[in-house]
Amino acid sequence: MKLTREGIDRVAVLARLRLTPEEQASLTEDLDHILGYMEKLNQLDTADVEPFNHAVNIENTLRDDRVTNQPNADALLANAPARDATFFKVPKIIE
Amino acid sequence: MKYEPVIGLEVHAQLLTESKIFCGCSTKFGQEPNQNTCPVCAGFPGVLPVLNRRVVEFAIKAGLATHCEIARSSILARKNYFYPDLPKGYQISQYELPVCIGGYIDVDIDGTQKRVRLTRIHMEEDAGKNIHDAHGDASLVDLNRAGVPLLEIVSEPDMRTAAEAGAYLRTLRQILQYLEVCDGNMEEGSFRCDANVSIRPAGSEILGTKIEIKNLNSFRAVERAIKFEIDRQIDTLSDGGTLIQETRLWDENREETRSMRSKESAHDYRYFPDPDLLPLIIDDTWTDEVRVTLPELPATRKQRFAAEYTLPAYDAELLTARKDVADYFEAAVKVHPNAKALSNWIVGDLFRVLKERKLDDQLYISHWPVAAAHLAQLVQMIDHGKITGKIAKTVFEAMLDSNKPPQQIVGETGLEQVSDTGSIETAIDQVLASNPKQLAQYQSGNEKVFGYFVGQVMKATQGRANPQKLNEILREKLKTSVRQ
Repeated sequence: MKLTREGIDRVAVLARLRLTPEEQASLTEDLDHILGYMEKLNQLDTADVEPFNHAVNIENTLRDDRVTNQPNADALLANAPARDATFFKVPKIIE
Repeated sequence: MKYEPVIGLEVHAQLLTESKIFCGCSTKFGQEPNQNTCPVCAGFPGVLPVLNRRVVEFAIKAGLATHCEIARSSILARKNYFYPDLPKGYQISQYELPVCIGGYIDVDIDGTQKRVRLTRIHMEEDAGKNIHDAHGDASLVDLNRAGVPLLEIVSEPDMRTAAEAGAYLRTLRQILQYLEVCDGNMEEGSFRCDANVSIRPAGSEILGTKIEIKNLNSFRAVERAIKFEIDRQIDTLSDGGTLIQETRLWDENREETRSMRSKESAHDYRYFPDPDLLPLIIDDTWTDEVRVTLPELPATRKQRFAAEYTLPAYDAELLTARKDVADYFEAAVKVHPNAKALSNWIVGDLFRVLKERKLDDQLYISHWPVAAAHLAQLVQMIDHGKITGKIAKTVFEAMLDSNKPPQQIVGETGLEQVSDTGSIETAIDQVLASNPKQLAQYQSGNEKVFGYFVGQVMKATQGRANPQKLNEILREKLKTSVRQ
């Protein structure tokens, strides 16, 4: 499978990335290699292998339903580029 | 051509947990903007979400109550899209392996049962809230709601009319409220619904083009929007037009759906398993632990009320609509087993008071204006002839908020029923003596004035005369007066 220019454009749009023509070219090549490797892996017969959902062999790490965080909007907003009272202020969202 | 509508519903139910789904922030509603936030729910880099155990329990509860298979193994997945109310750029949800699979809900539609199958129930986090109108050049973001746990309950496209969709939605909400996992408030958005509507030629098995309707904030809106959409689709096809798969918004004021322009690519969510969260394993022990906490569900309880207390289906329905009302009724009927009389008081007088005080808006009635035992004692006093039904209404009003048993109120206000023959006779004699004109009418054959005399005697005794005795004695006295 050869990754097309349209394929790269589509992924870039979905990821909100603006690519220069050079980046487009090099990313197309890189991603094409990665997908090529996946294709190679796909040739393995995995009919008898359980689907793999997580790299760590632990399950059910859960927390109890307790409020442990105190209200602290100011700390959270400390890094915000813009705020209005305790709101984050962002460029107008056009619906 | 005759068309058949095909309707499926997606419900988002906000869960009544104390803390959010992946962090220890409060889920409390109505806080100052961004007070209930932390680096986890605000999507700061490098943080690690940890799943709230109660969210899983609530999902199991909802799944068991709707006959789902509880997945032994499920995973959380990232749903990727960009919107300023979604701080991480993805929503943690479930995709391939949801926590509950299949299942169904039996819905009562005008006395006939219809089974609506469920596709799945999954857990996910809610997004924050944007405010668009406050500033000309900016939007504001409040992340208090980001990370609040939701259950998404997806039905199969099994409904055929707007009324069926409404009935399904009401039944589902009632179940979740009985389970105490969601307060079911549609106006406040803690119980939200999107509808998928398509039409196809009657008899066809192939599904038509699916239209999703959003912005449905009440049961009425759901039913009106589906009706509108069915008509719109039939009109479009009948006029030779074509339908495109799209999302449409319900406009409450104009009573119509309109197209929500969105880029086609916006729906490519690129789900993948969230590497920050470990697989969730639910073994039989856990499922059984949750199973024993399930309450008797509304449909079963309704049937039992009708059978055990020999109540009309209508009464059983009203009494079991809410779990707390059903509990109240059962507490009262234990004290005095006149089920029908108690039912009348509850669905009549008590419901009126609850409504007046807006207490029935709450998921749990925080304060009953009259204790269940006191209401039962009131009915007992009527049944034992201690007070008349009419006086009981006065006692009921006096009981509101006083927290006094009816006996005490009757004792303090002297409202006991007058049953001794002497006092009633005296009252009748006085009434007859002071109404010679009406007495003459009666004697000349106008029996209608009998009711007038009853009214006068009741007035004279402040409504306390035992009505049966009063009738007997009055009849006797009038008979004698006619003979004279």
